Amino acid sequence: MSVLLTADWCSVGKNEYYRKFEVYDMEWTSIFNMDNVIVTSCSFGGPLAIRRDPKKLVKVQGSGKPTISIFTASGEFVSSIMLSKPVIHVGWSTSEDLICIEDDGSVSSYDLFGNHLHTFSISEEVRMTKVIEAKVFNSASGTGVAVLTSTYRFFLVNSIKDPKTRTLPGVPGLNAPPSSWAVIARDRETKILVARERELYFLSPNDSPVSVVPEFSDRLSSVVEMAVSVNSNQIGLFTDKGRMWIGSSDLHTKYCEVDTSHAYRPLQLAWCGSDGVVGVWDETLLLVTQKGDTLTYPCDSRVHVVPEVDCARVISNTTHEILQSVPSVLQKILRINSVHPGLYLLEASRHFQRRSHKADEYIRLVKDSLPSAVESCIEAAGYEFSPDNQKMFIRAAQFGKGFVPNLDPEPYVQMCRVLRVLNAVRNPKLSLPITHVQLRKMTTKGLLERLIHRRHYFIATEICKHLKLPPAEGSSHILAEWAFYKVAQAKQDREQVAREIASKLGKAPGISYKEIALRANHYGHTQLAIRLMDYEPRAREQVPLLLDLGQEVPALLKAMESGDTDLIYTVLLKMHSKISLKEFYLKIRNYPLAKSLYIKYCFENNNKELEDIYAQESDFNAQAALHLREAYEPKNSGIRETLLANAQQSYKNIRNDFMAGACDEQRKLIKFQRNLEDKFHIEFYGLSLHDTVEKLLLKGELKLADSLRTEFKVPDRRYWWLRILAHGKNRDWLGLEKFSKDKKSPIGYEPFVDVCWDNNEKQEAQKYMNRVKDDLKVEYYTKIGMLEQAAQTAFEQKDARALDALRSRCGASDKQVLEQINTFLTQLMSKK
Amino acid sequence: MSSAHLSGGKINIARVQEYARKHLFALLDKIDGTKEIFADAVVGPVLGLVSNKAMFREHNVKNVVQLQGGNVMTSGAKNVVFIISTKLCYIDWVAEYVHNEVKRGNGQEFHIFFVPKITFLCKKRLEDRGVLGTFGNNIEELPLYLFPIDNDLMSMEISSTFKEFHLGNDPTTLHQTAEGLLMLQSLFGAIPRITGIGPAAQRVADFVKRLAVEQSCCQNPASSSIVPSQIDQLILLDRSVDLLTPLATQLTYEGLIDEIFGIHNTTVKLPAEHFSSSNETSTNFSPEVKAIILNSGEELFAEIRDKNFSAVGPALSKKAKLISSQFQERHGDKTVQEMKQFVSRLPYMMANKQSLAYHTTIAELVMKETDSSHFLKALETEQELMNGIDTDKVHPYIEDCIDRKQPLTKVLRLVCMQALTNSGLRPKVLEYYKREILQTYGFQHVLTLSNLEQSGLLRVQQNQRQYTVLRKALRLTVEDNSEVSPTDISYVHSVYAPLSIRLVQHLVRPNGPRALQDVIGLLPSPAFDEIQPSLSGSPISSQASGDSPRVVLVFFLGGCTFAEISALRFLSQQEDTDTNVEFVIGTTKLINGKTFIESLSEPLTSEHI
Repeated sequence: MSVLLTADWCSVGKNEYYRKFEVYDMEWTSIFNMDNVIVTSCSFGGPLAIRRDPKKLVKVQGSGKPTISIFTASGEFVSSIMLSKPVIHVGWSTSEDLICIEDDGSVSSYDLFGNHLHTFSISEEVRMTKVIEAKVFNSASGTGVAVLTSTYRFFLVNSIKDPKTRTLPGVPGLNAPPSSWAVIARDRETKILVARERELYFLSPNDSPVSVVPEFSDRLSSVVEMAVSVNSNQIGLFTDKGRMWIGSSDLHTKYCEVDTSHAYRPLQLAWCGSDGVVGVWDETLLLVTQKGDTLTYPCDSRVHVVPEVDCARVISNTTHEILQSVPSVLQKILRINSVHPGLYLLEASRHFQRRSHKADEYIRLVKDSLPSAVESCIEAAGYEFSPDNQKMFIRAAQFGKGFVPNLDPEPYVQMCRVLRVLNAVRNPKLSLPITHVQLRKMTTKGLLERLIHRRHYFIATEICKHLKLPPAEGSSHILAEWAFYKVAQAKQDREQVAREIASKLGKAPGISYKEIALRANHYGHTQLAIRLMDYEPRAREQVPLLLDLGQEVPALLKAMESGDTDLIYTVLLKMHSKISLKEFYLKIRNYPLAKSLYIKYCFENNNKELEDIYAQESDFNAQAALHLREAYEPKNSGIRETLLANAQQSYKNIRNDFMAGACDEQRKLIKFQRNLEDKFHIEFYGLSLHDTVEKLLLKGELKLADSLRTEFKVPDRRYWWLRILAHGKNRDWLGLEKFSKDKKSPIGYEPFVDVCWDNNEKQEAQKYMNRVKDDLKVEYYTKIGMLEQAAQTAFEQKDARALDALRSRCGASDKQVLEQINTFLTQLMSKK
Repeated sequence: MSSAHLSGGKINIARVQEYARKHLFALLDKIDGTKEIFADAVVGPVLGLVSNKAMFREHNVKNVVQLQGGNVMTSGAKNVVFIISTKLCYIDWVAEYVHNEVKRGNGQEFHIFFVPKITFLCKKRLEDRGVLGTFGNNIEELPLYLFPIDNDLMSMEISSTFKEFHLGNDPTTLHQTAEGLLMLQSLFGAIPRITGIGPAAQRVADFVKRLAVEQSCCQNPASSSIVPSQIDQLILLDRSVDLLTPLATQLTYEGLIDEIFGIHNTTVKLPAEHFSSSNETSTNFSPEVKAIILNSGEELFAEIRDKNFSAVGPALSKKAKLISSQFQERHGDKTVQEMKQFVSRLPYMMANKQSLAYHTTIAELVMKETDSSHFLKALETEQELMNGIDTDKVHPYIEDCIDRKQPLTKVLRLVCMQALTNSGLRPKVLEYYKREILQTYGFQHVLTLSNLEQSGLLRVQQNQRQYTVLRKALRLTVEDNSEVSPTDISYVHSVYAPLSIRLVQHLVRPNGPRALQDVIGLLPSPAFDEIQPSLSGSPISSQASGDSPRVVLVFFLGGCTFAEISALRFLSQQEDTDTNVEFVIGTTKLINGKTFIESLSEPLTSEHI
């Protein structure tokens, strides 16, 4: 078994192994000749872009227009892009967009499915001088582009997201294309290494060129090819003498220099992780390790190499393979003569499964180092691509785990989860041939982004669930991305799309329907955007967007539904400014809430429109109130009667006779008051009827007061009160007495007593005591201090309780009265 | 540090205060340098409920001034902060002030905080007045909805809710209420059950549900810890369901103080001459006025506030005896230890003595009013009406009041009571009253009358004898109830048991709303009862464990009276009731008959007023 496990291993130098294993059988079969095409891919298992190699002569097929075809890593066709002009270079961005650079310096990006995303031009100078070579590079700040023009000048764009062109200094004496060049993007600083035959220069935007002389054992004449590792820390140079120089990317440190004995420049030079450089020649693949050891693989046909952070992918016409330095933990466990605890554990587990007693022996061998054995088995499982091998290691780890009490199960569980994800994405259907190391490097989030980019929404959400990511980071985000994709599709029925989106997204937390609607609108699907806004639960998001989309009525409905009056006002005023008043009124009259709020708004802003609205609505009550308010505005005091007449008319229209009558009466009163003012030259205007009559009475104008009384039908009761109080105020006691004898008082004679008493006229008050109602007599006698009479009356009325109460009112000076009361009381008692 | 009188209740109202403070000072601290605050007439007083002078000083606020129209002097602080509600007229004053100051060129920086949030109309008005640019980025929102009043009481301090909704169909403040309730839920957990009666209540319940959905989807439920529910039920009461109660004269101690002198933001202002000039100099009002803060932090007041006034006298004298006996103790033979104990209790006893003195004085002042014949006469009339005696005819006492031109609000209050207790007046009677009022008090009150009619306070008789039925079904009048040791909530008005609270008594029962519907189909709108799904999807079990009482938040939309609050507190204290509940009270405003009628008044401005 262990023999089989290491079957694809090749030893390189001392104690070092490389392995090359197949991950996919390519789906493509003889569509094209590998010799005549250029394959471009990007790190982390990127898809393959294939275009014709312009240097090769081939038979024209199809339209002859330059075409780029995109395939998955397992060789399944995805899309093709038809270009109008030949491209100089093709590359991939970090987010898996295809970048095409044309000779005029225009940089276009396309998504995986061949949809054009955007284009920018590097600079006018580049356009004039034409690009002859270009490279796409990835750095910490995103994806950049470097171009070389026909005037042998370099231009750099550090990030295509935010294209800013930097011009690099010219290489001294460069009057022919450089023999080779490379972009080194490290620590936010991008440099270009240029080889002019044997001279090497570093170019950076704000510096003059720096000449570097790496240490070569042989006199070199020209560097013809160079390759930078994915992490930009190492570089490999290939000279025309067939020597390979490997060192640090600043060229200060040399790791090795090897004679490859290849006379020609390689077809491709690329790094395998950061362990070694791979050169591709027609029928061989040569690996040179950092230590200077070499390994040759023969090839049946032309291959293309894609560098990755920890390996290189080798793509041929039939297979997709991974070439990598065997991870150390695998080496330790599986190499010949290994005594690693991991190996013993593996053996123990195997024997255990075979039900062999030897399992026990093996376990005993590693008893002391079991935790580390388990740990290495878990780790080793992560490096295996074949599920069978993974299972083998995982089983061993599980077996070993059982012998270690209190072992943290987390790494084991985590590895099982990760393996499940890795196996899922490595499936040819998804074809993301990434290693565990790559996954760690790109993070789960990065993986999800890739899957979303490839529109594998379902598997992405499943992965989220499997890894138990919180919805806001995971599934909600994916659903939103799916919705973004969905709304970008032009052809589908909007109703169906909207429903589909809503049913999938539901009320998932962290989903913003507003964002999706905005995206739909961006793609010109306004109707869909409007439809989608129905699902946005937050009115504060919903309403403004609908307004922006020109949907006033839906916005108004949504605003009213929410009850947030602020939003309703926002919509109303926007509508008001956009359409004619007439149309506006017609629209809002269907919505009582909107109408009332608009009326309130007009009211608060003293808007003249109110009258129109009330008239249109035939709301005469409100109309009348409006007239009334107007009538009493200080500036309108001159025309108050007219305005009152208007109000009266409005009230008449709704048959509110009382109010109409009241208005009429008020008009009469005002007329009266004006006459009075003319007559007496004192102010009457604005007084109530009551006060007017009082004022007249106080002036002694009895006749006028009387006429007002009849005119306005003042009830007797109130008129008597007025008369009595007026006499009191005027201290006209004679008049009061006369008045009391005039007619029978409708309010009794108590008020007469009261008014006199209140004015300290005890004598006058007594005059009316006889006519006070019998049951109030005791109270009134008491009130005006005639205790004796009070007692007498109470006695006559046989009211013992009143007498009792009176007794408590008696002070020290009322001894006589007190005695009298006591007598009365005893008399009353005895009678009983 | 929060005010002591707010905690100790069933839910900790001090947290509402802390919440408000946190937001207020967070905004203030964003501003560098000295600050002067201009607050409007609505916000200014309530700022005192959440903060105090010392705290403002700590946050570099020089002083707090009430915003007024016209020219105002400034203290020359580096920053001027306006804290205003969303009323547009305040913005005009702000704009006027800012324009003047800019002209003067003192180089001040201007800030404006809107309570509780900035509206589109406010922003537009700022723009129209040409000051939007002056404020620039200094426009903030101060999300204060509810203000803490006592350990079981919160108020929004908005007096216009009833008028705006029932007269103008404007739900703005109802929406605000819903937002306030959401804020409460964020502090005290989701409220599982929402019950209520009345159109406004239904609206608020709908808004609460809607806002909860809006909030839950923009929030990450995993990140925000779910607060366990501390409130079991919310009862929303629309004032329009019970218009009668606020009109009735309140006869509890606190209610009477409010009726006679008016309590604003827990403070009553009384003529200072009645109070011996003590060494306490906490007041900064004019010397003729003494401001006394009334809250449960004062032991004596907490004891007597909810009592019927006739029980206050005995309670005070009992307290007086207790205190004097406490002071007497020191004459007994004492060990040094005992003496020390006595001394340590001294400050507490002194405080008690002081508060006894205050309340004796206040009670005397109240008594002066309640003994007057017009008070007694009016009360007698009220009770007659409540009992359904002679509600059909023009009432002689009301007529008398009009004839003698007694205050209009008093007259309107009685007329409205008659209309309600008679389930509408006969058209003749109503017209007579209206005519009399217009002739006596002037035509300018015509819109006030029409407002009262529109809001249902004054109305013409319909076929149904609504009040008569309700009075029987819900026992609204209870004759034989002791005022001193009451057994029923009717003690708060001596005869009348507030309809609102009777409804609450029904609504707290598990099947209450439906049962209520069966008993009386006469309520203006049906009661509703909804179980809110919790954020996690399953309904929260509302059944509190057996012995601990359920906490019920009663929220009055359109204001509530102190008598109603007292009645609810009375119910909380009853242990033998079939429903073991503790009430917490929320309201849009604390009202009484006078302020309620005034909130609906609209005297036409004339040159004489």
